[in-house]
Amino acid sequence: MGSTSSTLLKIPNVEVLMQETGFSPAHMIRLHDRFKALDKEGRGHLCPQDFGAIKELAMNPIGDRIIGAFFCPGKETVDFHTFVKILAHFRPVDKNRPKEPNSPEPINSRSNKLRFAFQLYDQDKDGKISRDELLKVLQAMLGMQVTEEQLESIADRTIQEADLDRDDAISFEEFRKSLEKVNIDHKMSIRFLR
Amino acid sequence: MESYLFPFDSLICMLLGISFTVWFTLLLVFIIVPAIFGVSFGIRRLYMKSLIKLFEWATLRMERGAKEKNQHLYKPYSNGIIAKEPLSLEQEIQDMRRGGAEPEFDMSDIFYFCRRGVESIVDDEVTKRFTAEELESWNLLTRSNYNFHHISTQLTALWGVGVLIRYGFLLPLRVTLAFTGVGLLVVLTSIVGLFPNGRMKSYLSDKVHLMCYRICVRALTAIITYHDRENKPKNGGICVANHTSPIDVIILASDGCYAMVGQVHGGLIGVIQRAMVKACPHIWFERSEVKDRHLVAKRLSDHVADKSKLPILIFPEGTCINNTSVMMFKKGSFEIGCTVYPVAIKYDPRFGDAFWNSSKFGMVNYLLHMMSSWAIVCSVWYLPPMSRMEGEDAVQFANRVKAAIARKGGLADLLWDGGLKRGKVKEVFKEEQQKLYSKVLVGSSEDCSRS
Repeated sequence: MGSTSSTLLKIPNVEVLMQETGFSPAHMIRLHDRFKALDKEGRGHLCPQDFGAIKELAMNPIGDRIIGAFFCPGKETVDFHTFVKILAHFRPVDKNRPKEPNSPEPINSRSNKLRFAFQLYDQDKDGKISRDELLKVLQAMLGMQVTEEQLESIADRTIQEADLDRDDAISFEEFRKSLEKVNIDHKMSIRFLR
Repeated sequence: MESYLFPFDSLICMLLGISFTVWFTLLLVFIIVPAIFGVSFGIRRLYMKSLIKLFEWATLRMERGAKEKNQHLYKPYSNGIIAKEPLSLEQEIQDMRRGGAEPEFDMSDIFYFCRRGVESIVDDEVTKRFTAEELESWNLLTRSNYNFHHISTQLTALWGVGVLIRYGFLLPLRVTLAFTGVGLLVVLTSIVGLFPNGRMKSYLSDKVHLMCYRICVRALTAIITYHDRENKPKNGGICVANHTSPIDVIILASDGCYAMVGQVHGGLIGVIQRAMVKACPHIWFERSEVKDRHLVAKRLSDHVADKSKLPILIFPEGTCINNTSVMMFKKGSFEIGCTVYPVAIKYDPRFGDAFWNSSKFGMVNYLLHMMSSWAIVCSVWYLPPMSRMEGEDAVQFANRVKAAIARKGGLADLLWDGGLKRGKVKEVFKEEQQKLYSKVLVGSSEDCSRS
């Protein structure tokens, strides 16, 4: 047992981080412990191999893409701040938050959650999900279980339904529109205890 | 000048001589003789009870210290930081299609995998099992102090006294005992080996092995409670147990005689192995033979078929787990087709963490840790014998035994492979996920085409 404040002090800029992400002090401590547990060599940052060592993640069909989402393009390491900010996407939406007109959108807003999912599809980050990118995701999720033709027909049908401006790719707005009815908050949130 | 030194010199020598004699006499009377006869004075249990009272007092002091400073005490969670959805893949995907549309691929399907992936980043079942268990209270050992900050001066003084006792008194005592135990084992088994094979030899060999293991048990100040001893393994069977540390062998072998299985090592362990095998048949494999599964299986079955030989002791997990769960058992020992005697071993982590994290600590370091802890307290449950049932294959049998051990010892029963500590996840697991998902999609499109 130890006091929360002394452990919190060990985390640099923790106040700012808590405000930006909305995590409570208890969450921050647990996430920090988890970060340290994943950082087996004690370097203070994580690299892709540290994520790869998580067995349940390695068995996830889109595990590599999720790992990629943590690393900014060009960077090979993730520090604690970035780690927490990305995880903040999965906090349940704060229903009681007052709508201040000038405050920036919280990280865990519906829109930002959608954006996170969008970038899992859009690997080249050009703002559109091309037919190829869609095929790659389908391949990852279905593997050898379906034939090439079936994959292609699924991809074609999906683009046909979602692509409103007929440019053979799905932009973020089209993505958002096609998922209007889905309860994003429920599907893209993790219930942090306490 | 010299005339001053002489009387002191002889005085010191005399004092040293007396203290050594006293030391060894006490050792002999209180530890070695009871070990030979298998009786106990109850000193260790008294020690354990006083330690518990001490730890409780220390914990209360820390709580009081925290209240004084008006801060909240932080209790570590042993159950994880997030609540995971118990729904399976099929249920989740169908949930998302509540609109009544046909369950074909939808862009939102990726949410399921994404969420599961991030959940495992925050908290996964497997990584938890390979690091030492977190304690609720502090046991005055620095090495288990990863979370505890509220230590007043009183507690620090107590901790200091603890260090003195553990390193100044207990450690030398234990090291002496360990050397005595191992030395006697080597010498006496070699002597017994000179006897002709027969009942006399087996009897003597049993006695010698038991005595030396009991000395080693005292060398670790291990306080062991055995349950259900009527189920102890008999000749012609295999004893399987969950594995937390190399000490498991000593704990089990001090209560019964087993034939050990292992790889031939060099150095001190090699010497011990060679001496042991002179007194009674153990199964040691050369490094090259270990790869040949048929050879291994044959030697084990030959041993088991001979009813005059002792039951074999095997740890099917293959590696040390941190004693909060039981991982997948390797099926080799369950294919042999003889009676299996399961044994569950559960350590009490308050007195000393017996888990050997072999990727972090070497053997000598580990033994040093063990010998400078307060004590090793554990419980051993002998479960009733099990055999393979009709229509059950080796893997199912192994899982059945594993579940029984986990239930008895109060450990979590996991499907994961102990080899995950070091190796990569087999591709097969990923394919399982892909299969499940495709069944949801493709299976339903078959229904559609029929209608």
